[in-house]
Amino acid sequence: MSGHKEPFITKYLFSYDHKMISRQFLLTGTIMAFVGMVMSLLFRLQLSSPGESFWILNFLLGDKWAPDGVLDPNMYLALVTIHGTIMVFFLLTAGLSGTFANLLIPLQIGARDMASGMLNMLSYWFFFGSSVVMIISLFVEAGPAAGGWTVYPPLSALPEAMPGSGLGMTLWLVSMSLFIVSSLLGGLNYIVTIINLRTKGMSMTRLPLSIWALFLTAILGVLSFPVLFAAALLLIFDRTFGTSFYLSDIFIAGEALDRTGGSPLLYHHLFWFLGHPEVYIILLPALGLTSEIISCNSRKPIFGYRAMIGSLLAIGFLSFIVWGHHMYISGMNPFLGDVFTFTTLLIAIPSAVKVFNYLSTLWQGKINFTPAMMFAVAMVSTFITGGVTGIILADAALDINVHDTYFVVAHFHIVMGLSAVMAMFAGVYHWFPKMWGRMLNKKLGYIHFWITFACAYGVFFPQHIQGLAGLPRRYYSYSEFPMFEGVADIAMIVTVFAVIGGLIQFLFLFNLVYSMFRGPKAPQNPWRSNTLEWTTPVEHMHGNWPGELPTVHRWAYDYSNPAHEEDFVPQIVPLKDGEVDGGGH
Amino acid sequence: MAGEVTKIIDQKTLWGGGRSPFSVSYGKMMMWFFLISDALTFGGLLASLGFMKHKYVDVWPVSEQIFTHFPFTHAHLPLLYVAFMTFILIVSSVTMVLAVEAGHRKDRKNVTFWLFLTVIGGAIFLGSQAWEWSTFIAGPDGMISTWADNATLTQNFYGRGFTADNPILAPVQYSQFFFFVTGFHGTHVLSGVVINLIILIGVMQGKYEKVGHYEMVEKVGLYWHFIDLVWVFVFTFYYLV
Repeated sequence: MSGHKEPFITKYLFSYDHKMISRQFLLTGTIMAFVGMVMSLLFRLQLSSPGESFWILNFLLGDKWAPDGVLDPNMYLALVTIHGTIMVFFLLTAGLSGTFANLLIPLQIGARDMASGMLNMLSYWFFFGSSVVMIISLFVEAGPAAGGWTVYPPLSALPEAMPGSGLGMTLWLVSMSLFIVSSLLGGLNYIVTIINLRTKGMSMTRLPLSIWALFLTAILGVLSFPVLFAAALLLIFDRTFGTSFYLSDIFIAGEALDRTGGSPLLYHHLFWFLGHPEVYIILLPALGLTSEIISCNSRKPIFGYRAMIGSLLAIGFLSFIVWGHHMYISGMNPFLGDVFTFTTLLIAIPSAVKVFNYLSTLWQGKINFTPAMMFAVAMVSTFITGGVTGIILADAALDINVHDTYFVVAHFHIVMGLSAVMAMFAGVYHWFPKMWGRMLNKKLGYIHFWITFACAYGVFFPQHIQGLAGLPRRYYSYSEFPMFEGVADIAMIVTVFAVIGGLIQFLFLFNLVYSMFRGPKAPQNPWRSNTLEWTTPVEHMHGNWPGELPTVHRWAYDYSNPAHEEDFVPQIVPLKDGEVDGGGH
Repeated sequence: MAGEVTKIIDQKTLWGGGRSPFSVSYGKMMMWFFLISDALTFGGLLASLGFMKHKYVDVWPVSEQIFTHFPFTHAHLPLLYVAFMTFILIVSSVTMVLAVEAGHRKDRKNVTFWLFLTVIGGAIFLGSQAWEWSTFIAGPDGMISTWADNATLTQNFYGRGFTADNPILAPVQYSQFFFFVTGFHGTHVLSGVVINLIILIGVMQGKYEKVGHYEMVEKVGLYWHFIDLVWVFVFTFYYLV
């Protein structure tokens, strides 16, 4: 701290320092994740034992939303909605990108800080405000928004449509507006920092893949969130000013409203133009972190560095022309369905390139099974499992049969949710020493990993079977439908795994908080990694490097280079006579 | 307060790398990316407009037959006034270019002069838009009084929809999109005028002479040109096509 004592407010709250902002994002994201996770456990109880009484429901939700311990149907819908919103936006968008983009971008490219410290701070505080508003919306009288995380009109556009459509929905929109501002400010900063502030020698082809991934993520965010903004503005007008952009022929209690001529399909298009890139806003950082961790812990250069960048670019581009695959049964022209089937299937190619490159990197490596590595490999596993069902769902003819069933729930939870969560865990285990200067407990890490991994598949694999049998998602109870008698019972397996998997996360939380204060001090480069962040002092300081900024001489993946004695060669080591930089190959 | 950081970091070593890519400061680059993002918002809105036009391809009114008014005259002058507005906005872009150019020469007097004209241009555009809106609400020959009949976004001459007493065949979305798209653009112009004014005051106080460069003028210039460019698209897709 260069002998300079900073006041609490500027050091911990309104900090300009990217490392502090990264920790703020991680902690806020973690709190939101636990809120979202507990919600999912609550509605799992209803799904596996419909109509039965649980004291915990009554304890947490009160007499109003869980009279006699039975979950109220409106609250069930609200929990599903807010669980989705929190997990997609607050944990996996802001929590994941916010944490690792802030931590890694300046450290891995060799910059003193983000381009604009103030915008960076604002980005966090807008996110914080957005989280607070979302939490407040849980406590309004008629309940929070309950129309699903996609907030399709008319449920979202007419305040009188259902209980959650009133103030709850308004607060949802307020929260998301703040979120869009936060993501825009963050994204602009990430892009500009990567382009403008790289240190000497850090060419684009020497960047670690984590930075490439975060770079493209930020670009996707800057291009797709404004379209959600346009959609939300039109929605606000429909809600507040009596327009009918999305509304047409609405009847409430037999009365026709004077809203004519609009089209809910317009909202679907606008929403999914954000919604699909959003999937990759979540997934690309996960892929980037995984590349970094797998290469470092296999003690091998990443296989096909250029192909990895190419596939990131391809995925980023394709993500903008596939949104229609969410709308096969929305009433879109069937010919368009064919087009979107084609573009969606194309995404399988770059995704497969990534998977094969991960496997080739692991192949014959000297693998260190650190907890971070276990989670990174788990991410590759879930990416494959979820990706394979993605091929099925991409095809309009097949998708129509399982659309809005648990098959879709299983697919996106595995490929997007689990993959990103696994990578986020991997990232936290890997970079915790950098963030707090202490080590996480390894044993607790292994316990956390195995139980989480087993439960993850235990929760989502059976849902494929339910979905193929036609079990629709978002229903409160299936007991009225005799045809689902057999498959609805599978819900019990899912819930048991969900509860175990959920509870074990508290062990991780304990490990995180305990190690922050009591963990053993971290060495400067605990994983013997090449990248620049491990050349900074363990104690954080403003400006990251005490003296001059480091100069970069080689690519980030010089592991097990036979020309050197050590099995890793940090990027700051100059090339020997006649040595060729590996990045070009 | 939080300005501490900048004190601690040595400004000279902030850029430690080699040649700055594109030789552009981070602030200007951020403005460019912001404009790309904003362009996507307008893109989303104009695409929505296209979606709706496509839905009502047979009954969507021809703007040329609706915007035929010109202030202080009853002559039938299709799209002439909106053409005038467009011209004003483009001219204000020219004056902005001259302000930026004067900034490069560190010519404070000329920056003030041209920036002031830009602000005036923006204000004329906004005033014209207000006139345009009230004329639109009133309908041909002032059939509705804006104030007396409580006209709103939906309760206006063209916003009544396919009802029996409606003399023109227009979906309500025609008027709703008119207000929304031009209003959203107008909000941008308004914010642009306010920002230009703030910078103008800064220029007059000699703020940028102390800093040593007029890059701030350049940045707001980018924003102003963007607003101008977007208007060309709004004009094309709402009024012309």
